[in-house]
Amino acid sequence: MYKVLDKSIIGADEMVMNMGPQHPSTHGVLRLKIVTDGEIVSHIEPIIGYLHRCFEKHCENLSYEQIVPFTDRCDYLAAMHMAHGYSIAVEKLLGIEELPERVEYIRVILAEFQRIASHLIAVGVFGLDVGAITPFTWTLRDRERIIDLFESVTGSRLLYNYIWPGGLAHDLPPNFIQKANDFLNYFEPQIEEYNNLLTTNKIFIERSADIGVMPVDVAINYGVSGPTLRGSGVPFDLRKDEPYSIYQKFDFDVPVGEGLMGTVGDCWDRYYVKVLEMKESIKILKQALNSIPEGDVKAAIPKKIRPKKGEIYSRYETARGDLGLYIRSGGKNMPSRLKMRSPAYCNLSVLNEISAGWMISDVISVLGSLDIVLGEIDR
Amino acid sequence: MTSVVDSLLNLFSFTGLDNSILLILVLHIPALSIFLVMVVNATVAVYVERKVAAFMQDRLGPMEVGLFGFKGGKKFWGGIGQTIADAIKLLTKEDIVPDSADKKLMLLAPFIIFIGAFLTFIAVPFSQNLVVSDFNIGVFYIMAMSSVGVIGIIIAGWSSNNKWSLYGSMRAAAQIVSYEIPIGLSLLLAVLVVGSLNLGDIVQWQAENRWFIFHSPFTFIAFFIFFISVVAETNRTPFDIPEAESELVAGWMTEYSGFKWAIFFLSEYANMMIVSIVASVVFLGGWLSPFAIINVGIPNSWMIFDGPLIGIIWLMSKALFLIFVMMWFRWTFPRLRVDQLMYLCWKVFIPFCLANLFFVSIWELIGGLFFK
Repeated sequence: MYKVLDKSIIGADEMVMNMGPQHPSTHGVLRLKIVTDGEIVSHIEPIIGYLHRCFEKHCENLSYEQIVPFTDRCDYLAAMHMAHGYSIAVEKLLGIEELPERVEYIRVILAEFQRIASHLIAVGVFGLDVGAITPFTWTLRDRERIIDLFESVTGSRLLYNYIWPGGLAHDLPPNFIQKANDFLNYFEPQIEEYNNLLTTNKIFIERSADIGVMPVDVAINYGVSGPTLRGSGVPFDLRKDEPYSIYQKFDFDVPVGEGLMGTVGDCWDRYYVKVLEMKESIKILKQALNSIPEGDVKAAIPKKIRPKKGEIYSRYETARGDLGLYIRSGGKNMPSRLKMRSPAYCNLSVLNEISAGWMISDVISVLGSLDIVLGEIDR
Repeated sequence: MTSVVDSLLNLFSFTGLDNSILLILVLHIPALSIFLVMVVNATVAVYVERKVAAFMQDRLGPMEVGLFGFKGGKKFWGGIGQTIADAIKLLTKEDIVPDSADKKLMLLAPFIIFIGAFLTFIAVPFSQNLVVSDFNIGVFYIMAMSSVGVIGIIIAGWSSNNKWSLYGSMRAAAQIVSYEIPIGLSLLLAVLVVGSLNLGDIVQWQAENRWFIFHSPFTFIAFFIFFISVVAETNRTPFDIPEAESELVAGWMTEYSGFKWAIFFLSEYANMMIVSIVASVVFLGGWLSPFAIINVGIPNSWMIFDGPLIGIIWLMSKALFLIFVMMWFRWTFPRLRVDQLMYLCWKVFIPFCLANLFFVSIWELIGGLFFK
């Protein structure tokens, strides 16, 4: 971290810069008000709300089934996760304990594919933020194949509306397992290519190691979760710690930042955790694709969703972290209150704490490593 | 070594005009040729760069605009007309000047940057005798003129009245001024050995001895220092921090559009070509064929592999290879941070350059004692 000039000696003024909402690397429509002294940033204030669509208020006027496509639009890079998390919450509210085995398997398979797709974007965009353009096109190329898989399953490429409370919209297409295995065989060596091109690049390490270090206590105080928290060395993953769906059946590890290139919790660790998580997702996918059972995916879908009065809080591990959904039912077919704890929102709040005192270029690196999605932050 | 201007004066001496008037008249020919070279270079280089980028990124690159007719027509060379279409678009585009900008300075900046690149070409040799004016201080002149552009960059950043532009121009000023020093110190090795600032003499020395990059281990290092420094001097990745897209939007060019922006682009690619030619001339034997170096037994009297006309092909192939390496850099590396860039220049390159200078002097001294 650099020392900001002592103004009493030099008489230097600070300049307020306005980064965004139209800026190439604010990942959407985030606005950052940064106070700078030359290249060094002394304070950063994220200003959000440019993508606010009143998701939570809308939900109070929509039936439970109609909310599913809205959840897709929150985190548009991991739409499958949002729908899955919402469905689990509603099932909890309805008291549905057991789902057909096949439903759970398909949900886990799609969620892990979605995790890979989302992390591919995060890895590529982080490269783009530090100035490397080629890794971004490579990761997009490979994400495209996952999107094609999703298209063959759900018919759409970004916002799926496929996972419904109690089941799925329809079954998998006949040759899905074969295509998914083909993709995994293709994709596994590609991770090494990314590592050769970007992860171990000397300039990339210079730009990301030891920068924006997030100590464990800061991360926990700000409620940071997901790969961003695991980058700081905390092995906390809801898939392991509070297993939902059928994650307890699969054998996988929770990668954490180890400070291989610098300090534990720097930008490089947060980046590399995502690369390792893609490998873990491949592990889960291989197990799930080999043992997927037959069954009816629509068997447990309730005819009418009208939960009894009550409230639940459900947690789900999305690609960005701990998605919390609080739903209060007033006994009608619409929730009387729905509150989403958005992981990217909490992750963004730590920005000033870990990047004040660094240079403008480092703020961009830190923001890229936090992997935010504005659709989910503003909701 | 004669220059183009001298040859033209001889050619037109039959008109019987006074030499000073004739000079003014014939100067238009090389001036227009330089401009043409700059334009053609930028057009081709942009196309090549996009295709190289596409190749490295698993894409196709420009594919839509053909040269003769469009896709439905008979002849269609995919994408080859793209830069021409882009140039027409840029020239006919509305020129947006922000209200709060300093309009006169904003207009002046592209001219200064263009003049910097344009005037440098005067001393850049394309082959034996194919140089607009054969200075006896050619190396010094090129060094001086190539740093004129930075004044234009500072003016552009200041007059735009945009904080991002100002950041970009301040970064550019610091970067270009710093990297002048390793470039100058690396070129000084050649000057030290040859004993002349004339680029023709430097190539002549290489013809008589060997390519300068193989002069001694120290010049081998110096070539790489020189090449990396000129990449920084021309603001190419990984040293493109003045126009760092993900940080400063477009740096000092943020507020420019249309024709003025096209001038910046033209100058940038012209600068790439200049530094590549200078690197080839000083370190890689200029217009000499590589066969003379590896000595495959072809008689020197054969004009097939050496000489003014073939020389331009040799020089351009060396220079184009260096330009390709710059593109290769751009599509492979991330960007350095400002302080890391300065660290590289002041704490790595300059000590190495000074050591090179010292050791090459000793090398020459010992060589003088033992081999002569």
